Formats: sequence, structure tokens, C-alpha cells
Amino acid sequence: MSEILRVENLTHIYGIGTPFEKTAIDDVTISVEKGEFLGIIGHTGSGKSTLIQHLNGLLKPTSGKVFVAGKDIWQDPKEIRNACFKVGLVFQYPEYQLFEETVFKDIAFGPRNMGLSEDETESRVIEAVDFVGLSHDELKKSPFEISGGEKRRVAIAGIIAMRPDVLILDEPTAGLDPYGRDEILSHLIEYHESRGTTVMLVTHNMEDMARTVSRAIVINQAKVMMSGTPEQVFARADELFEVGLTVPQITRVFVELKNKGVDIGRPIYTVESAKEAILQRKGGGMGAS
Amino acid sequence: MLRDITMGQFFPGDTIVHRLDPRVKIITAVYFIVVLFIIKGFWAYALTAAAVMTVVAISGIKIKFIVKGLKPLLIVLIFTAVLNALYTPGEILWQWWILKVTKEGLIVAAYMIVRIMLLIMGTSLLTYTTSPMKLTDAIEKLLSPLDKIHVPVHEFAMMMTIALRFIPTLIEETDKIMNAQKARGADFSSGGIMKRARALVPILIPLFISAFRRADDLATAMECRLYKGGGKRTRLYELSMTKEDYAVAAISVIVLTGILIVGMKVL
Amino acid sequence: MAELIRLEDVFFYYHSPEGEEVKPAIDGVTLSIDEGEFVAILGHNGSGKSTLAKLLNGIILPSGGDVIVSGMNTKDQDKIYDIRRKVGMVFQNPDNQIVATVVEEDVAFALENLGMPSEEIREKVDEALEAVGMYEYRGHAPHLLSGGQKQRVAIAGVIAMKPTCIVLDEPTAMLDPKGRVDVMETIRNLNKEYGITIILITHHMEEAAEASRVIVMRRGRIEFDDTPEMVFSKPEEMDDAGLSVPQTVEILNEIKKAGFDMDIGALTVDECAERIKNFLEEK
Repeated sequence: MSEILRVENLTHIYGIGTPFEKTAIDDVTISVEKGEFLGIIGHTGSGKSTLIQHLNGLLKPTSGKVFVAGKDIWQDPKEIRNACFKVGLVFQYPEYQLFEETVFKDIAFGPRNMGLSEDETESRVIEAVDFVGLSHDELKKSPFEISGGEKRRVAIAGIIAMRPDVLILDEPTAGLDPYGRDEILSHLIEYHESRGTTVMLVTHNMEDMARTVSRAIVINQAKVMMSGTPEQVFARADELFEVGLTVPQITRVFVELKNKGVDIGRPIYTVESAKEAILQRKGGGMGAS
Repeated sequence: MLRDITMGQFFPGDTIVHRLDPRVKIITAVYFIVVLFIIKGFWAYALTAAAVMTVVAISGIKIKFIVKGLKPLLIVLIFTAVLNALYTPGEILWQWWILKVTKEGLIVAAYMIVRIMLLIMGTSLLTYTTSPMKLTDAIEKLLSPLDKIHVPVHEFAMMMTIALRFIPTLIEETDKIMNAQKARGADFSSGGIMKRARALVPILIPLFISAFRRADDLATAMECRLYKGGGKRTRLYELSMTKEDYAVAAISVIVLTGILIVGMKVL
Repeated sequence: MAELIRLEDVFFYYHSPEGEEVKPAIDGVTLSIDEGEFVAILGHNGSGKSTLAKLLNGIILPSGGDVIVSGMNTKDQDKIYDIRRKVGMVFQNPDNQIVATVVEEDVAFALENLGMPSEEIREKVDEALEAVGMYEYRGHAPHLLSGGQKQRVAIAGVIAMKPTCIVLDEPTAMLDPKGRVDVMETIRNLNKEYGITIILITHHMEEAAEASRVIVMRRGRIEFDDTPEMVFSKPEEMDDAGLSVPQTVEILNEIKKAGFDMDIGALTVDECAERIKNFLEEK
């Protein structure tokens, strides 16, 4: 597998020389493999927002380098805008950025800024709309007359239509009800599987994380605190609790179970694996499987 | 970026000037402006300058900030000075082609520069030592008699308060929207005037829509907290004059009137 | 305890831009809430839960039926301020509730509107800020606070009026986990320590689990009205209502579905672990 994204010794300091000087990212090195589904975990203020804004060239490093597809994006400052075409970033509550007269036009904003032809733009808009599960009828409507959940999907489609090599989403399920959360995550998983695009999910929601990612990086106080598979990360529940983060509720159940003297033997972070483990243990105890 | 506006900014502190009732400060500032435009002659200006510097010293506002506030007007100052130097009739000191610089012209120019500088310094002192909120409260109290002839003074004051409260929030939101659109390839930094103006649409529309939603939400929240408008509201901090305020007011009036008399004698 | 709020056969229709009545947001709700209760109203987006919240203190009036607060009908314009003084409301967006440039002045807002004298306002503002744990921030500018802090200031602004009840419409929807924890702790405290009636509109199961009574809404109607244990013991019905159950209930339900005897209504991590332990240890 090849590397699609890399930050090397990245440091970002806000307000240098003012009384508000703050080091948001401190000497961070991260590598992202092509096709990964990567999770970024961290508090508000941990530096994760600053980190992801470096990946599409929105923020310039105070020191350190950012490589997209092997190329240093700041080498030629005039070319920096191209970084956002390769790395798509969906901010929190993206529905607040909609502005066009129709859903179609809004989704087309990105592709048009890339200088694509009208035909190409149209096919990308349709493709994106399909990916987020909206019907083609919605395309003619004004983005201001559709529901909140639909608006969010339009906003996500607007980035998907740019066909980025990497799709980064910051809390894409924030504020949605369980049904809405499920919809968005299912579509994301499908998008990742069918297009093979590298996806990065920034979230506090551990249950969402457990369901989707193959690797997770925990950011705390401007540094990388730990990195590994969800199993590896959630196994270090105590360290996570210490910095005010948490683990999926089901994991906490098994931590508690262990405290009560029953050790299931392996890390559990989804309900399915929990069910298997428990029934196996029960079955094993009764002499049958 | 948008946060670096010194002129008109408030610097908190605990000096007499800061503590003074804002109504006294406003009325004094108004009287000061009137006096400044009437007086003539060296001594009047000298006394005014001395008075202003005294207040600056008491207020603890650093000189560099006062000077910084003058920077935006440098061009106006120079322009005014040059115009006055060239077009005041009198004893010609220097001539080049049709441009004549007269002695009277130079004197008028000098006084004009000093006057504008003192004007800016004096009024800046007002805004440097008084929070926008206190200024709003003071103006509301001073204008409240207009309430009787149905001028919506209190409603305007509430509007000002809310505007002040939301300025930082709106600045933050503008930043966020800009970043979101930049992430979609929007380009705000290149092109001619027309292109740049059009590039603002993806920022302005979301901002306006959001502002309307805020207004709606806020109005509902205010009603839930029993807001009815009008002037019968009491305040957590009522403006009230202390002995200190009366004393300073008296001194200011005396000093300014003194300067006025000196400045008018020269007429 | 005395009855505080009663909804009698309430209907509510939003109107389309053309003025026609669209399908009902509230489709026949009869409900009674007593003083001192901690009620959670759960529902998917569009279930009518936010509309219901707005009916409780007269922000909107029912198209049919009545909403009575301590004997006062919300349709009675003369009584609307008394009703709002009794039933305060906190909204979802922390920013769009704060009116003043300084925290303590915002908390004072309702009292200023009531024409209370300065010294009394001072006292009540301080009390309210202490109750939400924000007293040390009283001199701060609101825009420098975190979402959770802003919400607590908003709550303080409401409890300064000493209402009998607070309705909170998805107060944690826009907050990060820490903010959510802080706000929920504040709410819990207000109910336990100060006896304030709490009506919490939410779609977070863990939050609803803290209440003593859970009302599930679906398509403008009440589906369930029971204790959290009872309500969360029906995962299939909750799924139908567009909701989920906490993972603690889900795992026990999976064991039950596998043919075993299991009481699935465990809402806390501890309870759930205990039941799994017992399950594994029984022969």
C-alpha cells in the first residue's frame, strides 16, 4: 500500500508574539495509507481541528512539512489551492455553508471551482448525490427548503463531487438523531468500500469510531498520544479516561465485568463481538458450542 | 486579521478616568470638541494639549496606543496641512511656479494639525477608557427623555447591546464560513474588483441566513425571559453619580471653560 | 405533588407557505406533568418533541386542545408572562440565547425585565451562577466560553427567575462530550437539590436514562410513557420509533434473542456487567 498523506514534524503556533500565543500542534508526524479508514480522536482544543486544516492546505505550518501524494504542498505556494482539490474537508455542521439557489448548483460549486466542464460537473453532481442517498428530485430544490439532515448530506455531496483522494469529515454525525447518524455512517462506509477513497473521520463518538475505522490516532494536548487499531486503542481505556476521553459503552461494560472478576479474554468494542464472546463463554461452560 | 483594530478599542483599567460615570465622560468630550473648534491662539492650544496629556497620564493608556490611533489619519493630516499652507493669503515665504507657501499659511496649518490631533486623542480617550457597553448605557440614559416623544431610545440601546455582544461571534462565524468555502476551492484573493465581489457571495449568503436565524432564536429566548421592550427595565448596574463623578465633572467644566475664555480673548 | 402542566387533547398544525395546513406536528396529545418530576421526552427528528416543548410555555399555541400551566391557559394573553415565569426554557444553540456582553448581566436579563431593584438582582444573579457552577465566570465575555459553559449561563439566566419548571430543548445537541456531561450534571442537580421540575427534550438515550419518566414520541403522538427501564426494555419498538437503546440494553437483548432468560432493562454499565456476570456464572 502506498502513502497518500503525510505530515512530518508539524508544528503550528497561533498568535506568535502576542499574549495569546498557543502551540496547537507540537511536532506531530503522521502517515496515512491509501484506502485507509482512519479515525482521529481528541477533545475540543486538543489540536485535531488545527491538524486537519493543514492537510488540505488551509493552514500553513509554523514548521514541518505536509505531503499529499508524495508532494510537499507548500513547495510552490502558488499551487497551494490544488491541495484542497486532492484533500476534501467537510467541517462540522457543514449545512451552514450552503448558499446557492438550487441543490444542484451548490454541489456543483466545488467542481466548478476546479475548472471542470459543465458535462463533467453534472455527472459528478449526480454521482455525489447518489453516494449520499438523496433523490434526484432534490436537485431542483433550494437548499433552504430541505430538512437539516438533507442539508448536511448536500454539504457532504459538495465535497464528494470534487472526487478528492482523501475525504476528511469533522464530526459528520454531530447533532443528528440515531437514525440520521446511522444513515450517514452507512453511506460513508459504502462510499469507502466502493470508491476505495481514503477516509478520515474526526469524532468524539467512540461507538461511531468502533463501527467504521481500521486505525485510530488519539491527539491530546497538541501531540499524538497513541495510534493503533480500535482494539489496541480501546484496550488502553484507563489512559483514555485519564485525559477525559472515553471508550464505547460496551467496552466499559467489559472493563466493569473484569473488575467483577470475569475476564472475557479479548478486547470488546462492538455489540456483535460482545455477543459472540459471551455466548461462546456460556456455551463453552456448558460443554457445547 | 479582523481583530487588529486599535482605534476605538477598549483597554480595561482601574483609574479615575476608567471609573468615571460614562455620562460625565461623554458630555465632557462633547464640550471638549466644541471648545476645540472655537479657540484660537497659542496659549489656548497649549493649555488644551496640557489638559489632554494630563488625562492620558492619569488614565494609564500607553502613549504608543494613542499614537497608533493617529496613524490612519496621517494622510488626512498631511493633506489638510498642505492645503492650508498653500492657500492662505499672506506673507509669502517660498514660491515655486504657482504654489505659494505663506507664513500665515504655515501657522494655520500648524494649528490645524494640532487641533485634529487633539481632537482624535481626546475622543480616543473616551473610547479607550469606556467599554462600548457603558457607552451604550450612558447614551441610553442621556437620551431617555426622548422616550416621552415616542423615540424608541431603549429599543435602540438594546439593539446596540446585542450588536456588541455578537460582533466577536459573527467574526468567528465569518472565518468558519470562509474556510468551508476555501475547502471547496473558493478563491478570495485573486482577480479584479468584480471577481472578488462575486467571490463574497458564498460568504455573505450563509452569514445573512445565519444572522436571521440567530435573530429569531434570540427574540424567542428574550420573550421567554420576559422581555417587553420599553423603559421600565431596571439594571444590575445602574448608572449613578458619585461624589467623585461630580467633582471631576466640576473640574472639567472649569478647566474647559477657562481654556475657552483664553481662546476667545485672542479673537 | 401538585400538577404543573396539563395538555388536553392537543393538536398542532404548521402551515405551508400557501397557508394550507400541513400534516399535524402534534396529533392528539394528552399529558400531565407534576411538580418535581424529571421527565425526558425522546423522539426522532420530526416526531414532534420540539414542537411539544414550544407549546409548554406558549411560544406557540395549540391549533386544537389546551395547554394549562398551574391553572393558566397558554392562550390567555394576560397570563403569558406569569406562565413564562413559571416555565422557563433553554434552547439548543448556546450562542443564540445570550443577549448581554458580560455573563452576569445576561443572567440578570429576566430580573431586569421584571423591574427588580438592583440589590435584589445582584443577590439572585449570584445564587443562579452558583447553582450552575459558573460564579467565577461572572465577569467574562460570553464569546470566550465553551459551548457547555454558555449553556450553563443560559440555564442560570432562566433559574434566576426562580421558575417552577425548566424545559430544555435538546440542550446538549451542539456540545462536545465534556460540555454534555457538565450540563447534564447541572440539570440533575437542579432537580435533586432545588426540586425544579425538569422536562428534557433529547434524542440521546443516556440522557433520557437519567430521568425518572420517559415519554417517547412518534409522528406527533405519545408512543410510550413509562420509567426508563420499562421503555428501554422494548428495543424493537424503540427501533420502530427511530430511536435506539443504550448498548447496555442491546447486548442483554442479544442474549435474550439467543433463547436465554434475561431481564434486559439495564441502563448503567455496572448493572449490565452485573447481569452478564450472573448469566455466565449460573449453571
